[in-house]
Amino acid sequence: MADTRTIEIEVLRYNPEKGGEPHFQSFQVPFSDDTSVLQGLQYIKDHLDGSLTFRWSCRMAICGSCGKMVNGVPELSCHKFLREYYPGKVRIEPLNHFPVLRDLVIDQTDFFEKKLPSIKPYVVPKEEKPVSAGTYVQTPQQFHKYYQYSQCINCLLCYAACPQYGLKPDFTGPAALALLHRYNADSRDRGWEERAELLNAEEGVWGCTLVGYCSEVCPKHVDPAHAINQNKVNSTMDYFGVRKLLMPKGGG
Amino acid sequence: MAQVRTYVRPMGGWWRRNPFFVRYMIREASCVFLAIYTVILLVGLFRLSQGESAYESWRAALVSPVSIVFHWVALLTVSYHAYTWWKVSPKTAPDIRVAGRPLPDLVIAAGGWLATIGASVLIYLLVRWL
Amino acid sequence: MKRSHEPIFWSLFGAGGVLSALVAPILILITGIITPIGLWMPPQALDYARVLGFAQHWLGKLILLAVISLFLFHAAHRIYHGLHDIGVHAGTGAMIASYGGALLGTVVAAYLLLAIGF
Repeated sequence: MADTRTIEIEVLRYNPEKGGEPHFQSFQVPFSDDTSVLQGLQYIKDHLDGSLTFRWSCRMAICGSCGKMVNGVPELSCHKFLREYYPGKVRIEPLNHFPVLRDLVIDQTDFFEKKLPSIKPYVVPKEEKPVSAGTYVQTPQQFHKYYQYSQCINCLLCYAACPQYGLKPDFTGPAALALLHRYNADSRDRGWEERAELLNAEEGVWGCTLVGYCSEVCPKHVDPAHAINQNKVNSTMDYFGVRKLLMPKGGG
Repeated sequence: MAQVRTYVRPMGGWWRRNPFFVRYMIREASCVFLAIYTVILLVGLFRLSQGESAYESWRAALVSPVSIVFHWVALLTVSYHAYTWWKVSPKTAPDIRVAGRPLPDLVIAAGGWLATIGASVLIYLLVRWL
Repeated sequence: MKRSHEPIFWSLFGAGGVLSALVAPILILITGIITPIGLWMPPQALDYARVLGFAQHWLGKLILLAVISLFLFHAAHRIYHGLHDIGVHAGTGAMIASYGGALLGTVVAAYLLLAIGF
């Protein structure tokens, strides 16, 4: 291709079989205007070093599996183009605050097996209805109360953006707390009480100091910082025993 | 599955890694200047309770270059606090909707900035003319 | 999981944050810069008799107590969490030093305002 240029990509390498400290390895990668950062990594794997390990799937910013630190910023690597960094170099690291399994692959166990289940990520209805009783109806206004928070794709960029998660791994963190609010704010849900113990704890909303970077990096505009900090108000009202007077249903 | 030897990266100096975190730390550090200023006010109240000459010596100390420089630094950092306080206020605000659409964050923040400007003008006029 | 008592401290922090965002810059400008150097504000603005009159009025007392107490609780909260952010996990000691300091300042201010009389 006539418009092909070459950019330097530095990648963090870590081999669990060898252990020790990770190190950066540099590659010269040809690219054109439509080459994504992910495609740059794929070029390295296909042509330069087949041992480079990283996660990816959909290539269109919806599966949430290709998150990396790109020049220190949590990004979906399929969502950024190499041309945005040229003529500088691109430095790619695994998402911050997670243990590194190999190269750019992080250990997501804490989120998927602990944090996410802990917020009960499903509608807790007031009473179970048989299918014959029909659907749970909802107005567009009720739908819009939680729609934004339901857009989370579990890509974990917000955890890589959250220093409080890095400092206190017990903190439930932005995405899980945003999903907690997504269900509490759902008109069909009556799960406030069941989620309250977590929400009201230090590990819940009170672990947040409103750095606000989670909402900046979210590729789906979920705004976890808004979800969490609204619930500091809810938790405070609950603490002083006035929440039930002001919001009989629960969340926002 | 055998236990995999993962690598956990250290957090030391995390706030220097990103300009966003640097601004967060400046925002948080502004409170130190606010605290010192409040202690100066508290000392002033103490000197006021001791009588006119004590109060006047407190006022004389405020004219010293050290005091003026401190107050300029405090003014800058605390103004940054005011700016950022309203900037992040939409995050704590409830889900406000006008005609079904969420109120833009900038509108909520601008309301706060205008309130600070209004309160400042009002206080200046009260101290000056009342 | 333990319920956090953060709502108490966060409410005081928030009240102090709002109050300081509204009035702290202008207060610093008036009491610390323009009145001492006599620019845009005559030095008489903060004369003994005038300030004493303000501190003797019940509304003046209320304003002074709110400003001093809430500013201190706001700062205490950020200092406490800021220490954690920079890796100083002083725990209960930091809590007593920060919030305890704010409480002490509040008590001293209340005492002085009473001592100044009505």
